[in-house]
Amino acid sequence: MKIAIIDYESGNLKSVSKAVELASNNVSSKSNVEIINSAKNLKNFDKIVLPGQGSFKQCYQSLLSIDGILDELFNFVLEKQRPILGICVGMQLFSTYGEEDGGSKGFDWIKGKVKKINLNNENLKLPHMGWNNININQSSRLLSGIENESHFYFVHSFAFDVENKDCVSATTDYSIKFVSAVEKENIFGTQFHPEKSQLNGIKILENFVKLK
Amino acid sequence: MLKNRIIPCLDVKEGRVVKGINFVDLIDAGDPVEQASIYNQGGADEICFLDITASSDKRDILFDTVQKTAECCFVPLTVGGGVRSIQDIRKLLLAGADKVSINTAAIQNPNLIKESSNKFGSQCIVVAIDAKKTSNNTWTVFTHGGREATEFDAVEFAKLAEKNGAGEILLTSMDRDGTKEGYDIELTKKISNNLSIPVIASGGVGNLEHLKDGIVQGGASAVLAASIFHFGEYSISEAKEYLKKENVPVRL
Repeated sequence: MKIAIIDYESGNLKSVSKAVELASNNVSSKSNVEIINSAKNLKNFDKIVLPGQGSFKQCYQSLLSIDGILDELFNFVLEKQRPILGICVGMQLFSTYGEEDGGSKGFDWIKGKVKKINLNNENLKLPHMGWNNININQSSRLLSGIENESHFYFVHSFAFDVENKDCVSATTDYSIKFVSAVEKENIFGTQFHPEKSQLNGIKILENFVKLK
Repeated sequence: MLKNRIIPCLDVKEGRVVKGINFVDLIDAGDPVEQASIYNQGGADEICFLDITASSDKRDILFDTVQKTAECCFVPLTVGGGVRSIQDIRKLLLAGADKVSINTAAIQNPNLIKESSNKFGSQCIVVAIDAKKTSNNTWTVFTHGGREATEFDAVEFAKLAEKNGAGEILLTSMDRDGTKEGYDIELTKKISNNLSIPVIASGGVGNLEHLKDGIVQGGASAVLAASIFHFGEYSISEAKEYLKKENVPVRL
């Protein structure tokens, strides 16, 4: 099992790779985690983790600046149907469009827009930062074995408004209810950071490593 | 529901955790890697690692110590001390930090907050403000580990940091640091009320009630403490049990 973590100079890359390595060692000693910053070897991997921090637009532009990587990602996910896990903005990029920072198109793998969280309580802060519960609302492969209402670590100001509710695997409340995990066939994403969510987070990464 | 965060802070000097009073008279409080590992398993919501003399010594942060500390952290790790450039931030993120705290350089080069939050995202950029009360209702920002006064008013500087893209403010009262008298509630409240980003209260915790006061009265989203945890007076879980009993939302 070979897992690629895409490095496009966004955010806490090392934290992500360290947690995926721990999860993959827990599952099997034969798995291999590599940080990748070019398109050329992507086809040799079985799975991809796409982290992401910063603005939607900046992340999209950074990926675009790596020669050929978007074509390889589309081929990997849509043609070869291999599993991908997007974390935070990595997940948001799966959407049709992100409104942040003047707006940018996304991959359009899961229909919907990424919009700023519209708080209806002036005492609440943005970014939504810290530990919050998730409500798991369908039989999710990624969230298998995770108890409902478990805590995960979040840090974001925008959220994915998913059109097809069948793709929503968990939601979270922060004066409004927003999508905290998505799942569509081989495409998986979390708005929260499994790499920073202690044992529950590692469990999710183990589930991803185990996917057939 | 979003929970209030409890953050143990490792003030590191020459590779050891230290604790002082009003930023001086430092005493040894153990090995950062061991301490981080205990806090990671003990239910800390985040861990903060500050190399407190990197700026005043004009040297780089201790990357290898950061890396070893990060190895045992599966909760967010904020690292600060001597961060001066985009390259420093990238290096810390590659060493395993999740967020980077900027203090002295944020004053010397306000563009750094803007540039770094554009590149890495606001969530990554914590602006640390060390503030000292200089007259009634006025607090002044200090830099270089509290050694140098600036012309900035703490509230105005916090607002500027938010405008430039800081994701949160780590607010330390120099008057209270190490005194065990509790946070400077007035200061915390004033800054929290003026900002829409989260504020971490810091400086002065001596008992668990102080943690509650920082959140309930001061309006902080997170509370940071060092000595009450380092020297085993209270465990993180005792702090959380107490806060829960007092109806403050925490993650147990």
